[in-house]
Amino acid sequence: MDSVEFSRYLTMLTLSVHVIFATLGVGVPIMITIAHWLGLKNQDEHYLLLAKRWARGYVITVAVGVVTGTAIALQLALLWPRFMEFAGQLVALPLFMETFAFFFEAIFLGIYLYTWDRFKNPKRHFYLLAPVVLGSAMSALFITSVNAFMNTPQGFTLVDGQLTNIQPLVAMFNPAMPTKVAHVLTSAYMTTAFVLASIAAYHLLKGNRHEYHRKALALTMKIALIFSIATALVGDLSGKFLAEYQPEKLAAAEWHFETEGEAPLVLYGVLTETNEVKYAIRIPYALSMLVHSNPFGVVTGLNDIPEEYHPPLVVHYFFDIMVTIGIWLTVLSLFYWLALSRGWAVIKTRLFRILLVASGPLAMIAIEAGWWFTEVGRQPWIMRGFMTTAEGATDSPYVWVMFIAFAILYIILMIGTAVVLTRMFKKNPVERELEKLADEQRSVAK
Amino acid sequence: MTIEVIGISVLWLFLFGYVIVASIDFGAGFFNASTIVTKKHHIVNTVIQRYLSPVWEITNVFLVFFFVGMIGFFPQTAYYFGTVLLIPISISIILLALRGSYYAFGTYGTKGHVGYTLMYGVTGVLIPASLTTALIVSQGGFIRETASGRIELDYVALFTSPFAWSIVVLSLVSVLFISASFLAYYSSVAQDKKALKLFKKYTWIWSFPTIVTALGIIIEMRWHNPAHFEGLVSLWWLFALSFICFLISLWLLKTRNYGWSFIFVVLQFALAFYAYGVSRYPYLLYPHLTIYDSFTNETMAYALITVFILGLMLLIPSLYLVFKLFIMNKPYIQSGK
Repeated sequence: MDSVEFSRYLTMLTLSVHVIFATLGVGVPIMITIAHWLGLKNQDEHYLLLAKRWARGYVITVAVGVVTGTAIALQLALLWPRFMEFAGQLVALPLFMETFAFFFEAIFLGIYLYTWDRFKNPKRHFYLLAPVVLGSAMSALFITSVNAFMNTPQGFTLVDGQLTNIQPLVAMFNPAMPTKVAHVLTSAYMTTAFVLASIAAYHLLKGNRHEYHRKALALTMKIALIFSIATALVGDLSGKFLAEYQPEKLAAAEWHFETEGEAPLVLYGVLTETNEVKYAIRIPYALSMLVHSNPFGVVTGLNDIPEEYHPPLVVHYFFDIMVTIGIWLTVLSLFYWLALSRGWAVIKTRLFRILLVASGPLAMIAIEAGWWFTEVGRQPWIMRGFMTTAEGATDSPYVWVMFIAFAILYIILMIGTAVVLTRMFKKNPVERELEKLADEQRSVAK
Repeated sequence: MTIEVIGISVLWLFLFGYVIVASIDFGAGFFNASTIVTKKHHIVNTVIQRYLSPVWEITNVFLVFFFVGMIGFFPQTAYYFGTVLLIPISISIILLALRGSYYAFGTYGTKGHVGYTLMYGVTGVLIPASLTTALIVSQGGFIRETASGRIELDYVALFTSPFAWSIVVLSLVSVLFISASFLAYYSSVAQDKKALKLFKKYTWIWSFPTIVTALGIIIEMRWHNPAHFEGLVSLWWLFALSFICFLISLWLLKTRNYGWSFIFVVLQFALAFYAYGVSRYPYLLYPHLTIYDSFTNETMAYALITVFILGLMLLIPSLYLVFKLFIMNKPYIQSGK
């Protein structure tokens, strides 16, 4: 293997680790805000404690998110020096703004964490969350616009290898940006809600009947349902976007070879050596419907795209994983909501709780699959139409050494995070914290 | 003033900000760990913990600002530095990652774990050393062009160069000097007499090695890069001013004006840092890159400067709030509330 492949693997590794923490980084602030607001509004100490405990765990994931984010930012220049040299002239603006947005978020998160009892008016402390939520969403927006630019570059003219007529804002607001940013935000909120729901469901599954966990589960599942639907709607728009601007990516995801109308949606299956699709589920007209909202709409197939620009066909599976999990989780949260509002006992069964516990990890797998789909699906390009991944990569022969070093680092970080988070919450269970709060209030009353 | 000069001045400011904030942070980690070994940990622990907790993320952001800005204003640096610094900067990232995350683990997770504290101390001295490689390489003489036209780092030249090692030593001693000076001030605000006494001692210990190595590097530059040496000499008065600030800071330390003493340490470093920066004008990387031939297009440059000004308008009030709540807040420093 050469340095190009190792650069790709190392980037994939860093991104795959970072995206876990980035997703939580975008999602958790909004959950804390909702819980904190409910707590203040209803004078409910359970919700306040929920906000407090989520915030405490959040700091750990933010810390790992910061360091893996620094890693990916530096690796862009270390592994893709030619690409950064070229693209730096076009997308430095959102990269720079992302740093500001994150800084803004980090400052206020720090203040929020350390000032739980420092303000006389508790609402003031609550308002500190606004910059945290805003900062995290903005940093997701800016960084996603860079990724969108790699898919649909614009805002410049290339004449004899020279960049002219550069318009940074046009580059930033490229065609891929709106759907991508919306998809990243909604799916991050959705995934975070499921991850937090998993935790609550786990406690209930373990036989803990505390009101706190029931409230946590009901709240997070409702939020999860809202954002699952939002994610599905945005996902549909993303499909329509792909058909128009990156038909090869959609065609590869769908194993769609012939350009034709009445195109079926292909799910699962395997591909033979002669590119025949076997054992797949075909939903007639569905792909045409998805793309054109019309069963007869013509969808471009891979055979109309030069072979050297075909993305790897494995992206079909990434796409399937993402969509399947997305649909499953929407159904699960919808069912939970129906059952809760009608008092069906089925959601209290052991089996259903196991399904709920699985929802968080599943959502995270969908996030990973989604990123693999979009990144592998852009191949062979690093900047579609202008620079291939091979042209952008470093020629240093030592990338493999760094791959091993970073793999070890990430293993240490992941294990460390898991151990610290479990220990942190096991040592200080909800019941004990609530008792402590009650004691304090009693002593104040005296 | 050309736009290239404005760009590099902004970046130089970020880098200086990082040098000061990170030095305090790295040094604090080092003292925190080394006092465990010397059994004086109980003296410094409270002061260090209370300072570090709310600001650890902010330090990292200065670094990210610097290199994102560098690639923004001077995209060609991405190619040169990115290609040759793969290994040294990757090592820095790994150390920064371990440091940042294990600090969070140690502080918010399992308090007072000795392993975390030691790791935090060791990385505090290794990171400055590995990050300094970028600066050393930029002085020229360590990049080799291969027959196929690739560029690569000449590790043998790097590791056998006394000049390179002197810069590493300077980075280490100045980290300890800046940090001790700040922590002395911080303990004086906290009215922690024992910690103050100790950090005062550390400031004295690390002050003279800083000056001696800095002077040594200027002299070595004569052989390493004569053109740059002449640049340094022509700015002798700035270095002289820096030295005067150094003397004033020590005098203020002796007369127990710890806050002013630290301010003069910062001034000393600011003068030397800017004099050094001006003396290497216009080179970013001897002799391959200058700020002119690596500069981005004008549209992007103006966009970046606009964002920079808007961003500062947002950040300065926020940082002021942090400053007011934690760093300059006497009740907080004294009791942690």
